[in-house]
Amino acid sequence: MDLSSLTIDAARTAVQERKTTALALAEAHYAHIQREDGQIGAYLTLSKERALEQADRIDRMAAQGISLPRLGGVPVGIKDVMSTRGVRTTAGSKILDKYIPPYDCTAVQRLEAGGAVMLGKMNCDEFAMGSSNENSAYQPVRNPRDLTRVPGGSSGGSAAAVAADMAVFTLGSDTGGSIRQPASFCGVVGLMPTYGRVSRYGLIAFASSLDHIGPLAKTVKDAALVLQIIAGRDPMDSTSADLPVPDYVAQLDQPVHGLKLGVAKEYFGEGLDVEVRQAVEAAIDKLKEQGCEIVPVSLPHTPYANPTYYLIATAEASSNLARYDGVRYSHRARGVKTLSEMYRRSRDEGFGAEVKRRIMLGTYALSAGYYDAYYLKAQKVRTLLTRDFEQAFAKVDAIVTPTSPTAAFRLGEKSNDPLAMYLADIYTVTADLAGIPGISIPCGATREKLPIGLQVLGRHFDEATILRVAHHFEQSHKGS
Amino acid sequence: MKVTEKDVAYVAELANLELSEEERTGMLRDLNSILDYVDRLNELDTSEVSPMAQVSDRYGLDEAKQGSEGFAHANREDILEGLRKSLPHNEALANAPDADEDFFRVPKVIER
Repeated sequence: MDLSSLTIDAARTAVQERKTTALALAEAHYAHIQREDGQIGAYLTLSKERALEQADRIDRMAAQGISLPRLGGVPVGIKDVMSTRGVRTTAGSKILDKYIPPYDCTAVQRLEAGGAVMLGKMNCDEFAMGSSNENSAYQPVRNPRDLTRVPGGSSGGSAAAVAADMAVFTLGSDTGGSIRQPASFCGVVGLMPTYGRVSRYGLIAFASSLDHIGPLAKTVKDAALVLQIIAGRDPMDSTSADLPVPDYVAQLDQPVHGLKLGVAKEYFGEGLDVEVRQAVEAAIDKLKEQGCEIVPVSLPHTPYANPTYYLIATAEASSNLARYDGVRYSHRARGVKTLSEMYRRSRDEGFGAEVKRRIMLGTYALSAGYYDAYYLKAQKVRTLLTRDFEQAFAKVDAIVTPTSPTAAFRLGEKSNDPLAMYLADIYTVTADLAGIPGISIPCGATREKLPIGLQVLGRHFDEATILRVAHHFEQSHKGS
Repeated sequence: MKVTEKDVAYVAELANLELSEEERTGMLRDLNSILDYVDRLNELDTSEVSPMAQVSDRYGLDEAKQGSEGFAHANREDILEGLRKSLPHNEALANAPDADEDFFRVPKVIER
C-alpha cells in the first residue's frame, strides 16, 4: 500500500468502497512505523487496542453500506499533550511518565466521533516547551528529510510523522509557533486556528492565553477538513467561541483574484536566511500571478514580540505547572520526609532543564517587585502587537511571511543556548500573542533539500481566507 | 547582573524547586542573559497602553465587555450536577503515587 499519497479523502473513500479496510490501513501504518520510527522517534506510545476497536467499528459501517463520517477510517496521531482516556499521556515529561488520563480531550473526542483511528501519541518537547523537540524527556525526534536535523518543535513528532507517512494527519499544539515551525521544517502543512476556535479542554496547559490545538497534514484541504471537525463551541472551555463554523473545504476553490496580501518588511530583516528569503519572495510572486494584490504593510512592534512572548508564556507556565506536586497524578520522589521536601524533590526529579528554566523565569517575572517591570509591561506590549495587526488587516485580507528565519538546523546546534533557540520563533509568536490564525505551507527547499515554509496570517476567525490562499498557492506550486 | 544567587534561591523556593548547585549556576547565567534580552521592551513607552491578558481583551465577541466577560458565553447556567459527571472515586485516585481507598496519602503535615 502506498501510504505517501494517502490523503483523508483517499483513505476514507478506499474504506467506504471496500478497496481496503480501516483495519488494513491501521495495520499498514503500524508496520510502517515499526520499520521507520526507530530512526525518527515520532511516537511515544502506540494505542493499538483503541485503534483496532475504532477501525472495526468503521469497517462494520462500511460493510453495511452506511456512509462513513468525514474522517472514517483515517489514521491519526495525537500530540502527547492531549489527554486520551486510558492511553498514557506524558506531555513529553518524566513527571507524567505513568499518567493515564481518565477522560478525553474534546478535539480527540471529535476526531474519533468523525471516524478517525488514533494510532498513538506523538513525541514533543516537554510540556510543549521548545523549538527543536530536543527537550523531550524521552528521545529527540529526527527530521525525516535529513536525520541529522531537528524536526522543529514543539510538535516535532506530529510533523515528522506526517512527513514520513506514519499517519495521514496529526494534531499538534501551538503556543509560540509549535505547529507552524515544525510543519515548515518537515515540509508539511500546519494550521494554527484562531484562539477560541478549537476547544482546549483536555489539552495539558502550558500558557493558557496562548495555547491552540490544530492539525498537521499533507495538504491544505486535509487541514481544512480536520479544522471543520474539531472547531466550534465546547461548553467545557469557556474561551471557546460560540460562532458558526463555516464550510472551509467548500471555500477552498473560490478565486483569490483581487485578494489583498500584506507583506511586512519586519519579517524580512536581519537573521533571515537568504535561501528562505528567495523561496518566500518567489512564493509571493506566484500569488501575485494568480491575481492577488501585494500591499506593503507595517507591523512596527514585531522586534518586541519574542521578549513579550517569553515573559507571558513563562509567567503563565509557572502558574500552570504548579499543579505537578506529586500528590494526585504526577511523579513523587521516594524517601521524602516532609510535604515541602516531597514537592521540591518530586518536581526536581520530574522536570527537565528547559521546563525548570521557564518556571524560574516566569516565577521571577510574577514575583513581588518585578511584576510591573516584566509581566505587566509584556501585557501592554501584547496590546501594541495586536494593534499592529488590527491596523494592517484594515488594509489587507491576509499577510504572508516566512514561517521560520531558517530551514531545519542540526541536532545539538542550539541546545546549549536557550536564547538562540528562542529566536527560532520570531516569525510565529506574534500570531499567538494576537490570537489570529496562521498556516505554514511548503514553498520550496534549500540547496541541501531542506523544506522552507510560507506563513499566511489572517484576521480573527477568518481561517477560510488563509486556507484559500494556502490552497491556491499549493496547487500552483505542485508542478514546480 | 540583574539576578543574584540569592534571587535564584528565593525564586526556586517560590516555585517549589530545589535545584542542584550546578543547576543554580546555570540558572543564574541563563536568567540574566534572557532578562538582558527582554529589557528591550523598555524602549517602548507604554504609559498610555492598557494590558492584554486575554485575546478577548482586544477581540471580544461582545466588544463592550472586558476580559473573558467579552465572550458572551463565558457565563452559563449553574447546573447542579455540573457539565459532566464527577469522576468515580477509584478513577480519581487511580493515578495517585500513594493513596488508600478514600484519600491521597502524603507525608505528615505539621510544619512546613
